[in-house]
Amino acid sequence: MSERSLGKDLLGLESLTAEQITLILDTAEPFKEVSERPIKKVPTLRGKTIVNLFFEASTRTRISFEFAEKRLSADTVNVAALGSSVQKGETLVDTARNLEAMRIDMVVIRHPSSGAAQFLAERIRSNVVNAGDGTHEHPTQALLDLLTLRDKFGRIAGLKVCICGDVLHSRVARSNIWGLLKLGAEVAVCGPPSLMPLGIEELGVTVFRRIEDAIQWADVLNVLRLQLERMHAGFIPSLREYYRVFGVTVERLERAPKDLVILHPGPMNRGVEIDSRVADGPHSVILHQVTNGVAVRMAVLYLLAGGRPELAEAAKGKGEVAE
Amino acid sequence: MRPLLLRSGRVVDPSQGLDEISDLLIREGKVAGIGRGLGVPDDAEVVDASGWVVSPGLIDLHVHLREPGQEDVETIASGARAAAAGGFTAVCAMPNTDPVTDNQAAVGFIVKQAQAAGAARVYPIGAISLGQRGVQLAEFGELVSAGAVAVSDDGRPVASSHLMRMALSYAQTFGIPVADHCEDPTLSGGVMHEGLVSTRLGLRGIPSAAEEIMVARDLLLAELTRGHIHLCHMSTKGSVDLIRRAKDKGIKVTAEVTPHHLILTDEACLGYNTHAKMNPPLRTAADVEALREALKDGTVDVIATDHAPHHYDAKEREFDDAPFGVIGLETALALGITQLVRPGILTLAELIDRMSCAPAKVFNLPGGTLRPGTVADVTVFDPEARWKVDPERFYSKSRNTPFAGWEVFGKVVMTIVGGRVVFRSGAD
Ligand SMILES: [Zn+2]
Repeated sequence: MSERSLGKDLLGLESLTAEQITLILDTAEPFKEVSERPIKKVPTLRGKTIVNLFFEASTRTRISFEFAEKRLSADTVNVAALGSSVQKGETLVDTARNLEAMRIDMVVIRHPSSGAAQFLAERIRSNVVNAGDGTHEHPTQALLDLLTLRDKFGRIAGLKVCICGDVLHSRVARSNIWGLLKLGAEVAVCGPPSLMPLGIEELGVTVFRRIEDAIQWADVLNVLRLQLERMHAGFIPSLREYYRVFGVTVERLERAPKDLVILHPGPMNRGVEIDSRVADGPHSVILHQVTNGVAVRMAVLYLLAGGRPELAEAAKGKGEVAE
Repeated sequence: MRPLLLRSGRVVDPSQGLDEISDLLIREGKVAGIGRGLGVPDDAEVVDASGWVVSPGLIDLHVHLREPGQEDVETIASGARAAAAGGFTAVCAMPNTDPVTDNQAAVGFIVKQAQAAGAARVYPIGAISLGQRGVQLAEFGELVSAGAVAVSDDGRPVASSHLMRMALSYAQTFGIPVADHCEDPTLSGGVMHEGLVSTRLGLRGIPSAAEEIMVARDLLLAELTRGHIHLCHMSTKGSVDLIRRAKDKGIKVTAEVTPHHLILTDEACLGYNTHAKMNPPLRTAADVEALREALKDGTVDVIATDHAPHHYDAKEREFDDAPFGVIGLETALALGITQLVRPGILTLAELIDRMSCAPAKVFNLPGGTLRPGTVADVTVFDPEARWKVDPERFYSKSRNTPFAGWEVFGKVVMTIVGGRVVFRSGAD
């Protein structure tokens, strides 16, 4: 894989180089502006067919991808395939064969099983974009987080970013860890030890047991969503206690030595992992993240379709793209 | 049956401390003599075995033959033929079939099917509990009288300590071991070893402690009852440490390890390789090293394959949804030679002991020796023959192996059961 391309698929950030990640972020820059125009559309992917294959409910990610696809003028089809776990296994193999037969150009897949995006990518010729697979990776979310941080700080290298919450079950955390480390950030995680995966330190991250310590250390907190079912599965005693011990609150942030930037992948549980006053406050860049999500996804689709990064500027500027 | 003379082979029989170039004469189903220049009976078939190893027949204490219930992935006949092709003269069939082998008729069915197949011997293992439901003891006496050689609820753990205690106590009436699949059900639910690799892949983990807790419990219950506990497919360093201490204390425990746990680590799961999904899961390099040491020093007694056939497309799915298990009968000997003997971890005699003599002792089975007068279950193999693992050529009905494409040494030439050649390479 050359540094100037992504290869066939985007399955995760673990397998990308720093240059490839930077390429995506750089390519996203000109696409940001497209969304600010009265006519939010460029003809870059005209004639391409993209299937959004969602085996798991997700309003935000699907809508963000759909906007990205439409603004690139691609033809899109949404397939929601929610089913039981047994059906799901059969469906994925069969779905792969069907998609292949329909000569789809790209597939954006969201699936509850880790590895499902890779499974599909290995079986079809179309480009595959992982929109979240189980608890493995969610690369476009991490890319938009990186873009947001780069907007805010002008750099990623040297930033101290702490990922807070349910790291064990978080694909957002994994993708962020890989992306941040590759771009030279210092990465920490903080949350209940019962929600920390084994061997996490070996990835090269610092583990904080107490949110107060993380806040003392960090430039940025990326606050993960706590899935409410974790309580019923016995990982934590209660949401109330979680908020009391690990919640990112105004009071805790006031004791920080500097102003922290707060990211959240959404959707938020206000009053569980994050205080509403923090989510809506001046340090939150959560809405900026949402805006960047579309630009980053446009960049990914553009690059996978074989678009040349140096032409992305031209692509947004004019109505024509050399393909 | 014509007498058979295997001439000038390297006869390796750890049960007699034998490793020398010698002839072996088989007559009327029994080993008739070992030595040089044995007289050749007039009607004997003479086979030049020079360059080959002649050993007591291999015995696998742990296979899943899927019949009755899943005859499309394996049958007793296809499993027995796969066993013979792999150099096994006898295998022990786990009872987690459908229906479960928890009664006399079910045991008798296996015996009958195995006889009809006429390949490797198949010894049934009866269930510990009715339907393997973990509640009520099966009728061990009936099972044993029909031919069962041990009891186990393998496929699932025995969750109730009380039931395990009763099984270990009651089994002593019949002198049979109780074989346990050690897994704390409240700690499992994962799909691979819990560690750095599962963290990277985002797959739910099965911690080593899930096995070790049950190993510790079983050892305590074996001590309490003085029963014979046989621990299936040990996978962790912690487990073998516990077994080593228990053996020092004189607790009656025996244990197995599979070829895959001796060779592969959890890194084999990278790329979501479902052929590396088994239960217990592949663990870390430190565990592999501890298992090899334990096999060498006798803490772990035997190599058993845990041969677990699955439908050809069952593994062709997401890692979470693929079934646990791999097949092993037709690769075990070559993997042992290639991965354990050639690198100097075990001697050839030690490998043969762990795959033949020791299993016979552990389950009190015929065979495992070439002592004159004993049953002529013999394996003949060429230890230097090199081949490539090609699942398409397996006798098993299934293909689910993580070793496809591996270059290995050691090819089975003849498998002899009760004096009858049940497999001969190139004869098909
Ligand atoms: Zn088992």
